[in-house]
Amino acid sequence: MIGNFPFVVCMILIALGLWTLLTRRNLIKLTIGISLIESGVNLFLVTLGYVRGGVAPIYTYAPPGAKMVLPTPQALTLTSIVIGLATTALMLAFAVVIYRHRGTLDARKIRELRG
Amino acid sequence: MTIGVHAPILAIAVPLLGAFALPVFAKVHRSLRDLWAIAVGAFTCAMVITVAVQTFTSGIQVYTLGAAAPTDTIASGGFPIRIMLVVDGMSAFMGLISALVGLASLVYAFHFLKEEQGKTLAMTLFFLLWAGMLGMEYTGDMFNFFVFLEVTSIAACSLVGYRTWESRPAEAAFKTMALYTVGGLLVLLAIGILYGEYGALNIAYLSSKITGSQLDKIALGLLLGGLLMKVGAVPAHMWAPDAYGEAPAQAAIMLVANTQASLYGLWRVLFTLFGGALSAPAVGWLVTSLGVLTLLVAVLMAVVQTDLGRLIAYGAVSQIGYMLLGVGVGLTVLPSRPDWGLVAMKGGIFHMVNDAATIGLLFLAAGVVKRAVGTRDLRALGGLGHDLKWTSGFFFLGALALAGIPPLNGFASKFLIYESSFRLSPILTAIAVLGSILLLAVFARAFQGAFLGPRLREAKPASPSMLVAMGVLAAVILAMGLVPGFFVEHMVTPAAEALWRGRDLYLAAVLGG
Repeated sequence: MIGNFPFVVCMILIALGLWTLLTRRNLIKLTIGISLIESGVNLFLVTLGYVRGGVAPIYTYAPPGAKMVLPTPQALTLTSIVIGLATTALMLAFAVVIYRHRGTLDARKIRELRG
Repeated sequence: MTIGVHAPILAIAVPLLGAFALPVFAKVHRSLRDLWAIAVGAFTCAMVITVAVQTFTSGIQVYTLGAAAPTDTIASGGFPIRIMLVVDGMSAFMGLISALVGLASLVYAFHFLKEEQGKTLAMTLFFLLWAGMLGMEYTGDMFNFFVFLEVTSIAACSLVGYRTWESRPAEAAFKTMALYTVGGLLVLLAIGILYGEYGALNIAYLSSKITGSQLDKIALGLLLGGLLMKVGAVPAHMWAPDAYGEAPAQAAIMLVANTQASLYGLWRVLFTLFGGALSAPAVGWLVTSLGVLTLLVAVLMAVVQTDLGRLIAYGAVSQIGYMLLGVGVGLTVLPSRPDWGLVAMKGGIFHMVNDAATIGLLFLAAGVVKRAVGTRDLRALGGLGHDLKWTSGFFFLGALALAGIPPLNGFASKFLIYESSFRLSPILTAIAVLGSILLLAVFARAFQGAFLGPRLREAKPASPSMLVAMGVLAAVILAMGLVPGFFVEHMVTPAAEALWRGRDLYLAAVLGG
């Protein structure tokens, strides 16, 4: 049961992010919410790659006969972190542009596009 | 012929390289940049056509990266560890749609974009978006699908919001980016769950292992939710009219093609990845009812629009509803596979290319209007037909095709959807026909308001490259309307068959025997 604890933490993080998206109206806070979901998913991927007693998959450094972990989840996580960086930067850039034009970051006050 | 073997990867790699080399060439000279853009665009289209011809004549193309031979799919141990591209009839068909829209967008952009308003930047993002779309359509690996999905998200949102001197594009781009990112993360979470269960990311291998356990169902739900967000189906359609409406015309049509690439991802997940585990019709009914809801809500919203761009945007969302309806009917009856189920699939898939051409033409015409008089507000427009003769003709053609007036292409695909959805439930057909009638009313009003009547002001006529781009799409509309049988037989049927019965062939092509 205690082995499932990391997965529970990931899901709590994702749920917190979704809750932020649904309840907050500040564009920066919305970006933080998306970052939280992203961290939850990344942690989930890292958790999947954990093998008890496994060693890092570097062939020349591994002791003979040791159990090496599959490096795929780590590679996925790295890719996902880079993508997350790009999306976060882009969203913050849009928030800056919106703030310059409208003088506010409140999503309720900047609705020019509706209907 | 070696270039034919490598065509699938070249179709993705060349626009990707083209995107990042473009600003460098632009630093040297503008004409060098234009020459480079034309060369990359032409080569990409040639590669996509090569892939399509090979797939339609000799079956599924498999390309393996990092193997001694590109056809060497299985590593020792019978387990596919390499990244691979798998192009079946459906992927090839989607590639052709992306190539057509990309070509029109590129040609249109030459005279439409202004140098001082970030032309180089917009063309760079265009090639990035193009590469991402083709990658989504050709990949045979779930994680690569996610990466290309995010490439298209980032490029598409930048294209919506790169005009920072206005406030509305940034607002639309922020909203779109938020929904795209959440959708993408749901997809990634689902991929993580599948990887944790089966230890692989290859679509064919996963498909052969998925049995429909509780975790599989959760993964399917997450994939459905994430992809439907990117497609703009009804509960998550808020971003679509904003993004389509605020993006410049040449980017708006790329967004339409990008939406269809996400729709392709949905079909791939439903028919190939979960094709062996889906037995209950519940998912099919979900897709069908979301389709009907989408088309009804979008058409009703289109009725009250006063901005020409947003009006067409709601038209674009409603067309997604028709595709979901057509393929959803096929998915609902997939376990028993009656003949009319395949007809519904053909209708839905044929409608994808029709939508790309007609909505694309309408967006390009609206772009000409915006450039000619500086506004797209229907209350202020009028009498543009005096100055924009070709453009008003193209808009008229697009509006008729969208509403499904015979003998144009929209009628051919909608008729297939009507006659088959009727077998599932007449209510679906009734709503679909009602949607078409309302669309005709909406676009008749838009055409009359913008192009007919007395001349209110001088309009700047369209430039040659813009007319050529619209002419290409208009020619496709006319060709598909006059000889629909040819297109259905040689392109749509292989695509529909690839989803309808093609899962075993897809698995055999990758996993062998």
